[in-house]
Amino acid sequence: MALLDVRDLSVVFQRRGTRPVTAVDGVSFTVEPGQTVGLVGESGCGKSVTSLAIMGLLPRRGNTVAGEVLFENTDLLKLRPAELRDRRGRDIGMIFQDPLSSLNPVIPLGLQVAEVLERHQGRTRREALREARGLLDAVGIPDPERRLKEFPHQLSGGMRQRALIAIALACKPRLLIADEPTTALDVTIQAQILTLLKELVDNSGTALVMITHDLGVVAGLCDTVNVLYAGKVVERAGRHHLFAEPRHPYTDGLLQSVPRLDADRGGRLHQIRGSVSDNIPWSEGCAFAPRCDRVIDDCIGETVPLLGGALRCTNPVPKEVPV
Amino acid sequence: MSGSGGIATLADHKRRRVEELIARTSEAGGVSLIRDAGRRLLRNPTAVVGAAIILLFLVIAIFAPLVAPHDPVQRFPELTRDLTVDHIPGATAGHPLGSDPLGRDFASRMIYGARQTLFVGVLATLIGLLLGVLLGVIAGAVGGRVDMVVMRLTDVMLALPSLLLAITLVALASRSTQWTVIIAVAVVNVPIFARLLRGSMLAQRESDHVLAARALGVKRHDIVLRHMLPNSLTAVIVQATLTFAVAILDAAALSFLGLGDPDINRAEWGLMLGVDGVRYFEVRPELAYFPALAIILVALGFTLLGESIREALDPKNRR
Repeated sequence: MALLDVRDLSVVFQRRGTRPVTAVDGVSFTVEPGQTVGLVGESGCGKSVTSLAIMGLLPRRGNTVAGEVLFENTDLLKLRPAELRDRRGRDIGMIFQDPLSSLNPVIPLGLQVAEVLERHQGRTRREALREARGLLDAVGIPDPERRLKEFPHQLSGGMRQRALIAIALACKPRLLIADEPTTALDVTIQAQILTLLKELVDNSGTALVMITHDLGVVAGLCDTVNVLYAGKVVERAGRHHLFAEPRHPYTDGLLQSVPRLDADRGGRLHQIRGSVSDNIPWSEGCAFAPRCDRVIDDCIGETVPLLGGALRCTNPVPKEVPV
Repeated sequence: MSGSGGIATLADHKRRRVEELIARTSEAGGVSLIRDAGRRLLRNPTAVVGAAIILLFLVIAIFAPLVAPHDPVQRFPELTRDLTVDHIPGATAGHPLGSDPLGRDFASRMIYGARQTLFVGVLATLIGLLLGVLLGVIAGAVGGRVDMVVMRLTDVMLALPSLLLAITLVALASRSTQWTVIIAVAVVNVPIFARLLRGSMLAQRESDHVLAARALGVKRHDIVLRHMLPNSLTAVIVQATLTFAVAILDAAALSFLGLGDPDINRAEWGLMLGVDGVRYFEVRPELAYFPALAIILVALGFTLLGESIREALDPKNRR
């Protein structure tokens, strides 16, 4: 049984008097217990909205969420707000992009870690603080006793993200959703945080949904990768498969856009033309068609299905023929 | 000394030094926000001056019967004797500030006035602050229709000039007392506090750390009271220190218009400045100078202290 089974999830934003915008368009994917799944795509492809929809954190007004989010066979979208609140932080943890603004600036770190323990595990303040000390220690924050009493602005960026990881994992959730957890950090710290995440997730058997635009993160961490474009999954593959043999032209383009040390020095970096737009809806063909190098006549017309559950393309990059 | 021994000693020394440093920094970090803010307030000369002024006036207010040379309502024959429309006696033996227009000891009335004035100013500000914060929290946290209703209500109140609104409120009361004045002045300030707080609550509602708290399943009232409210209070605290001075003057204006407590024995700086001070300004300007100076000093004290408290409470200023 899958831990998380997202079925046909759609999110449509609409404000009065404006055209509805489909941010997430029938996304389905599953996460097995202990597995690490990547959601990859460029800005605006619906990664973050997907994660917020799973957690039920989208604003109450101005959007419609359809589909099913089955967490251990319970549809999170059908839960009453209070029931969902009981699960958030306890069963499902979440880490956000910007570690400074995700911490409350006027509350000492210790109390912020303790809060979630008091909330979900019924600990007293004293017990929770003692436990918080151990948690900070576990995420590699030196001198946790002192840090407990400090405020977020007194910590470095890396330490703040470590603290957020400690908070998210405090109640030993079975699923952790990390929404671009390393984007705001510099490269050396990124590597540390990713290693730490990997370690903690492996040791505790927590499943991880990694949302990122950074293919390097995916390469190092994810078992399965879902590539999102304009609100739809366009390709799904195991990590090795995806890197060795991308089939969708978009995935291929993304991979080629990564600078490589072993490339020709004079060569220009590949880029995908244009940017994500909702001008071509999926109902009238492939939304990627205007930017695609491999576009053919069949690409325009009707929605391209997810072939074999893994690839949404009428003219995919051919498989390399083994010599 | 052998080479290896020297290195060992050096390493030892270094380790001790590091431990020492850690011990010292732990100490610095281990201070609560309130205690740390208090410590920084004591080191800030602005705060100390402000606190000293307020403390001075508080002591005078509390111990007025001990400090004042005379009964503030008693009319003295030696003063009334020389009292005419064109002449109010100045300082004489036993009456350091001379007489008021009714032959009472002006110094004693100034001292008792501290009581009345602080009472009215502080209470009016606090009541206004409390009601305003309550409305602001409700509007900012609930949002939607509730927010709309509360904000339109404050719009109506802000559309009227504050004094006119206060006059209307006092006029609604069947009998004017000191309390009607306090309530009227408080209510006038409610929309200002409510708007300020609602604005910062809205900003907080959209903030990342509130989203993060929601992602942790923190309960709604905890999100409002622990995460949104404390981050929204700064502007309101500053506004309260400024409101205090205005509240005293508003109360004085009401008294001046004859809408205050009708008791002519009541000694209140605003009343003394607004009624006697204005009426007899050409005869004896000191009747206006002293109450005005006292009001300014107290207001200054509150402003200085308020501003320093704001600075001290800002966690970014922790050193």
